[in-house]
Amino acid sequence: MPAEQTIPKYKIATRSSKRTSRNILANLDWVTVLLYFLLVGLGWMNIYAVVYSPDNVVNIFSFDINSGKQLLWIGTSVILITMMLAVDYKIYEHLAYPIYGAIILLLLFTLAVASPVAGSRSWLDLGGGVRLQPAELAKFATALAASKFLSNVNLRQQNMKDQMILAFITLLPPIIIVLQNETGSALVFGAFILAYFREGMSPLILIIGGSAAAIFILTLLVPKLYLILGIAVLMAAAIWFDYRLMRRIKSMIALFVLIIGMIFSVDYFINDVLQPHQQNRIKALISPEADPLGYGWNVTQSKIAIGSGGFWGKGFLEGTQTKFDFVPEQSTDFIFCTIGEEHGWIGSTVLIVLFLLLMTRIVNIAERQKSVFARTYGYCVASIVFFHFLVNIGMTIGLAPVVGIPLPFFSYGGSSLWSFTILLYILLAIDANRAQDLSR
Amino acid sequence: MNYLENRKYVIQAIFIVVGVVFALRLFYIQVVDSSYKQAAETNAIKTVIQYPFRGLIYDRNGKLLVENTPVYDLMVVPKETKNLDTLRLTKLLNLPLEDVRERLKKARAYSYVKPSIFYQKLTTEDFAHIQDNLIDFPGFYINARTARGYSHTSLSHALGYIAEISPRQLEDTSNYKGYRPGDYIGKSGIELEYEKHLMGQRGVKHIMVNVRGIEKGPFKDGAYDTLSVAGQNLYSTIDLELQAYGELLMNGAKGSIVAIEPATGEVLAYVSAPFYDPNLFTGKDYGKNYMQLLKDPDKTMFNRPVMADQNPPGSIFKLVQGLIALEEGVIDPNTKYACNKSLVNCHPHPSPLDLHGAVQHSCNPWFYQAYKALINQGKSPNTFTDTAIGLKEWREHVLTFGFGLKLGIDLPGEKAGIIASPELYDRVYGKNRWKYSTIYSLSIGQGELGVTPLQMANFMAIIANRGYYVTPHMIRAVGDKGKPLKEYQEKHYTSVDPKHFDPIVEGMADVVRAGTGRKANLEKVGIEVCGKTGTAQNPQGPDHAVFVAFAPKENPKIAIAVYVEHGKWGGQSAAPIAGLMIEKYLTDTVTIKEQEKWVLSRKYLDIRSK
Repeated sequence: MPAEQTIPKYKIATRSSKRTSRNILANLDWVTVLLYFLLVGLGWMNIYAVVYSPDNVVNIFSFDINSGKQLLWIGTSVILITMMLAVDYKIYEHLAYPIYGAIILLLLFTLAVASPVAGSRSWLDLGGGVRLQPAELAKFATALAASKFLSNVNLRQQNMKDQMILAFITLLPPIIIVLQNETGSALVFGAFILAYFREGMSPLILIIGGSAAAIFILTLLVPKLYLILGIAVLMAAAIWFDYRLMRRIKSMIALFVLIIGMIFSVDYFINDVLQPHQQNRIKALISPEADPLGYGWNVTQSKIAIGSGGFWGKGFLEGTQTKFDFVPEQSTDFIFCTIGEEHGWIGSTVLIVLFLLLMTRIVNIAERQKSVFARTYGYCVASIVFFHFLVNIGMTIGLAPVVGIPLPFFSYGGSSLWSFTILLYILLAIDANRAQDLSR
Repeated sequence: MNYLENRKYVIQAIFIVVGVVFALRLFYIQVVDSSYKQAAETNAIKTVIQYPFRGLIYDRNGKLLVENTPVYDLMVVPKETKNLDTLRLTKLLNLPLEDVRERLKKARAYSYVKPSIFYQKLTTEDFAHIQDNLIDFPGFYINARTARGYSHTSLSHALGYIAEISPRQLEDTSNYKGYRPGDYIGKSGIELEYEKHLMGQRGVKHIMVNVRGIEKGPFKDGAYDTLSVAGQNLYSTIDLELQAYGELLMNGAKGSIVAIEPATGEVLAYVSAPFYDPNLFTGKDYGKNYMQLLKDPDKTMFNRPVMADQNPPGSIFKLVQGLIALEEGVIDPNTKYACNKSLVNCHPHPSPLDLHGAVQHSCNPWFYQAYKALINQGKSPNTFTDTAIGLKEWREHVLTFGFGLKLGIDLPGEKAGIIASPELYDRVYGKNRWKYSTIYSLSIGQGELGVTPLQMANFMAIIANRGYYVTPHMIRAVGDKGKPLKEYQEKHYTSVDPKHFDPIVEGMADVVRAGTGRKANLEKVGIEVCGKTGTAQNPQGPDHAVFVAFAPKENPKIAIAVYVEHGKWGGQSAAPIAGLMIEKYLTDTVTIKEQEKWVLSRKYLDIRSK
């Protein structure tokens, strides 16, 4: 640290670009880079395992199959990384709003011109069979804009107006994305709550949000009467233990009524607000066995594939469930099934540990930033990766509803890989230059 | 702001908790709960049973008795049916709409994704017709397998039939290990008895299939696959030509013919009348035909040669009594008794007679007296006890002739028959309350005696062999270079010394030459037939006619028993049939056309109504 502190500001301007890049490479967080390439490489091998057929062995590098195409995405990602490390790291902070604005326009443009793919108007056809999903790019753009806004020295978290602006920045992209009928990607923006929590948002919001989600899911699983009685008992117990709550008895009763109202509106929400395919995803989460060939198919097949892997797995390229299309979307959203089947509990756990290492590493990187912008951005990255991790793996093992979002760095697909690569390496680029930040 | 820094632990804790929950959940799915592994197996690996070729059955001259013919089942995979034109399907299969719907429902209930039989055993014409149209019915396909086929209409009782294994058999895993629903299994006759030789070994192919059921090649390169092994062929002892002739002679009658090669115990002909065409049990109407035959008042399905054990043998049993009396030394070949009709009724013939003459003329009083000498040997001063001792010793002799016990022929359902015993009479009359006058009818083969036609024919083989028999059997070779099973290779000697057989044989020769069995006479073609007529008393109607014989007298080649229910007189109804069978077998031709004409005229059946 002392060495960094002694670097005078003027030297930066005179430093040759060659030296800068060497310095960046020296300061780059190689642990994160290593984790990144581990995940990308393992993902690539599993994408090959999905398409591998013993009858018709195609070279893993062949562009006719997904693994070959993914290699192309990986290659272009490396170019992207190089570019992002090469440009001035300040550009991300300076251009945060313009990038955000551009992406919003791109989202609107997509909504206007895109032809529906599987009911979703979120794909932009670039010609030559290459398609781009701007919703993926909206994640890092929103992260940049939100971080930039939060780094404003005049900002006051308790200020209602500022809160509204932050909410607007965060919610505008997902609203457009929902209009594109890509609800899954829109849900990802909920992850920003974690980053805002770190930056001072009241924990009440986190607790209320968590409780609301818990009550929602419990309503689906437990008869309403029991649930209401349970909550009443809980509240009575709370008053019993902390008599001061008696003074707020009116608020307590109001809360109770609110919860009951929420419980009774769940049915309405599911039956009248959600679209049929979304209803089915909820049903599949609760009881996939009720219709294993219908709405329960994905979850059932996914669990069968993972469950059949056992402790050690069937071995690389030996999986039968994922290979023979029993699991849908197997190289993108359900790629985790391949790990589960071919590499068993050991392989699955190793992958989970890799993600935990990456996410905690990102949090640590965020914490060591000196600027609010960089720190907030770091937390946004961690939160987005975490949300994908939570929902993607959760849905394959029947713990979360089926939401079509990929496993970061791992799933097949250029938009997804690019978007996560950009998301992560903006942070790494800022982090590699954090010494300069200090001296500002 | 410092307190906010601690929130990083909250956030990291959330990450780790989720990771731990995932790992635990995965441990449950992957390690604890094994149901997913089973589900995966049925998901992706299709096991295809390779049905083995069931063994063929040949007759003793190499003619095919049982062969395999291809049959075609229409299969359906409900998941793959698309835009099903039910109406066209009903026309194609010529089935009512309701039936088609019911079949589809059944298939769906069985499995949505697995194939099930939609229509069993299409006729060849239907098959060709449907095959041409199948392209318009996705999800339907034809599955070829083999069923039994017969190029003749004979021997159905002995051959038996195969049918789908029953649910009860499937549950009985100790006896029917390795069978699966839908497997065909021998249900009766040789098919049942030699099931484990005929069935062969099923092969299993493991084929990986994708979600659409499309085959993706062998699983693990066929490491777990097994090849099917064809069943062993059987070589029967039956002479198909003789068999068919026997059935021709018995057509319309009720009864049995069993012909045995004495030296080997090989069954040459096995007629159970009335009989049925074995092809009735191969088509799709098997169930209907089976029920019809089962309800038949003439009991067509009753396998008479081995199961009809309630009827007394009649006069042919006099031969047994003579042999045992000789062995016991209570008579000698020259012992003479007068035909004393006050003892038991008889018919006119010269008197007194020696053993030879008594056999030739079937003298009832003679055997009454000889049997009395045999039973009451004075081994006890008490006449009751003496009778019991005599009967017990007599019975032991009788059992060595294969009477009163299952001979052990390679056919299921064989009955043992009944041979009177002291215990039986004790039960009926009470101990020491019966004596010779109670049981004398045994002497002439009536009373508490029950003998199957097979036992009668075997008895003839014993006399032909002068003292031993080889257990009668239908199969003389298992496998192409096989031998008969071990139990059919050993001689069973009776308790009567071979030297005592000559006077009996001489008497039997005269029965055919100049006695009651003249209608079996084949002197014209130079064959000396030895025989004995019998009449089995039948309280329910006309008596049953029996004729047993063997020929030639020296070095006999065939022993035969003919049993005609309600045929009344053995010499009239049964003897000509035996004579025709013997001539047919020994010379391949029939010269006693008069007898053949008479038998085929069925005049002997008219006796029934008289």
